[in-house]
Amino acid sequence: MTSSPPVIDLDRVTKEYPGGVCALRDVSLRIVPDELTAIVGPSGSGKSTMLQLMGTLDRPTRGTVRILGHDVAALDDRQLSAVRASWIGFVFQQCYLTAHLTAVQNVANGLFYHGLPRRARLREAAAALDRVGLGHRRDHRPAELSGGERQRVAIARALVARPAIVLADEPTGALDSRSGETVVQLLHELHRDGTTIAVITHDAGIARSFDRQVEILDGEISAAGSA
Amino acid sequence: MNTPPLPRSARLRAADLIGVGLLGLRGRPMRAVLSALGIAIGIAAMVAVLGIGAASQARLLNRIASLGTNLLTVTPGQNLFGKNTPLPDAAVDMVGRIGPVLSASATGSVAGATVRRTDKIDPRETKGIEVLAGRLDLLPTLGGKLSAGAWLSPATGRYPAVVLGATAARLLGVDEPGRQVFIAGQWFTVLGILAPLDLTPEINTAALVGWDVATSRLGFDGHPTKIYTRAVTEAVGAVRDVLARTANPQDPSAVNVSRPSDALTAQLAAKNTFGSLLIGLGAVSLLVGGVGVANTMIISVLERRAEIGLRRALGARRRQILLQFLTEAVALSALGGLAGAALGVAATVVYAGAQGWPLVLPTTGIAAGVGSSIVIGAAAGLYPALRAGRLPPSEALSTG
Repeated sequence: MTSSPPVIDLDRVTKEYPGGVCALRDVSLRIVPDELTAIVGPSGSGKSTMLQLMGTLDRPTRGTVRILGHDVAALDDRQLSAVRASWIGFVFQQCYLTAHLTAVQNVANGLFYHGLPRRARLREAAAALDRVGLGHRRDHRPAELSGGERQRVAIARALVARPAIVLADEPTGALDSRSGETVVQLLHELHRDGTTIAVITHDAGIARSFDRQVEILDGEISAAGSA
Repeated sequence: MNTPPLPRSARLRAADLIGVGLLGLRGRPMRAVLSALGIAIGIAAMVAVLGIGAASQARLLNRIASLGTNLLTVTPGQNLFGKNTPLPDAAVDMVGRIGPVLSASATGSVAGATVRRTDKIDPRETKGIEVLAGRLDLLPTLGGKLSAGAWLSPATGRYPAVVLGATAARLLGVDEPGRQVFIAGQWFTVLGILAPLDLTPEINTAALVGWDVATSRLGFDGHPTKIYTRAVTEAVGAVRDVLARTANPQDPSAVNVSRPSDALTAQLAAKNTFGSLLIGLGAVSLLVGGVGVANTMIISVLERRAEIGLRRALGARRRQILLQFLTEAVALSALGGLAGAALGVAATVVYAGAQGWPLVLPTTGIAAGVGSSIVIGAAAGLYPALRAGRLPPSEALSTG
């Protein structure tokens, strides 16, 4: 059996910002298929920088980032955009839903840069909404949904392209604890169905429920859980 | 290790690009309307000026066509030595014998005669009405019509009867035939009133009496002072060339020949300075509108950093973000252009309708207006779109 490469492979990655701020120092981390990983740390620890590097939204100052075996440094804007479109699904703390589009239209935006015709995008989006349990809210606008429902719409948008990994940045950060709980439950369900997920959170309680926890402090990994 | 091949980058479909461009406008409709307004006003002004200009030209062309361009006039002038030289008595008949001439007639100025409503009115108060002796064939040669009463006949031409031009009748307060007016100390009966004449406005302010009665009762010297002639249209130039020599063979240099329709033709060619001014204002408004669109787009890019970041995360390329904002700017400007063209056409329709002018839509102007609004939108949107495309996704998301 041929081994498949890690979905994300950070190899001795350092990120410095202009002005000498070092957000990440010599970080190495591998995420393999079917993992549910929590990257946990207080604010300012460098975990958002880590998500941007893992999501190819930014490039490291030193070190190598590989997505499914491809070195990000060797890819141009066009190739990187295609990697994001097909392999990486993003969930942000603010859902970033378009206010005057319905839930299903917002989810369909996840396929906007895939070259699919609109009708096919909407069909896929409806299926993704069913997966997050919001099939009945298809034609509602974000303002008509609860905070938890909005975040589930955003998760559906991240899933709709069937990415290799879903990166979630504080997905429960803007939610009350009950809504947050439903979102965490959903991530667990998706993981059971075979989705690779990395969640960035400052909430150690949420992190504990995940298979693997990576603790990050002052730009360095302080403890890596079972992997 | 089994490394999967890189996913393929997909092109944005044209329909999706237009859709996403319009989506941005739908987000803030009021702002879109206001920033398109400048463009709309500019295009509307230009289209209306061109449309109204075209309608007035068409009206002038129609008028020229209906009046005919084959009327020529001959008046006495000064000879080479500066001496006033009257036209010979036989001039009208001579002109009438030129081959391509269809008809010839004349009026003669009755020196010193005035026309008044009654003998109680001061003789000095002439109201600019001239007393003219008119040949019986004058009316058909001019192509004139009567608005009331009858034209001079061989019988009435010998008696104190008068036909008034349209303006003269109004100035004298005569609105129906049968009344009497006071001409050079004698009472004349009004036979008829002429409808206004466009090519020969001097007839409108005239009181026309018969040639015979002018000679016998008003001391008219019998010299024609203006000969009117209609020629075959194709031969107008040729007739014009021989007219002076024919009318006064002894002294052709003392004859002025003119073509009344030339004045209307000149009017047609004359540049409408007021129209140019409005077009200039329209162009300025377009420019200001373009600046407004650029301003709106810059604000829009600043406000929508999070959207840009999200789209980059969803797989948008730099170029696709650039195209999205460029499309939005062009859509904004083109909507303004279309609204402006519609407004300009509406103004033309209303104005031409109110003036009774024929409606001519300036299709070239409309196309140029909408086309220039698209160009302005692209120019105005280029810089904001470049900024949007260059925004690094990490920065766009971190400030959202």
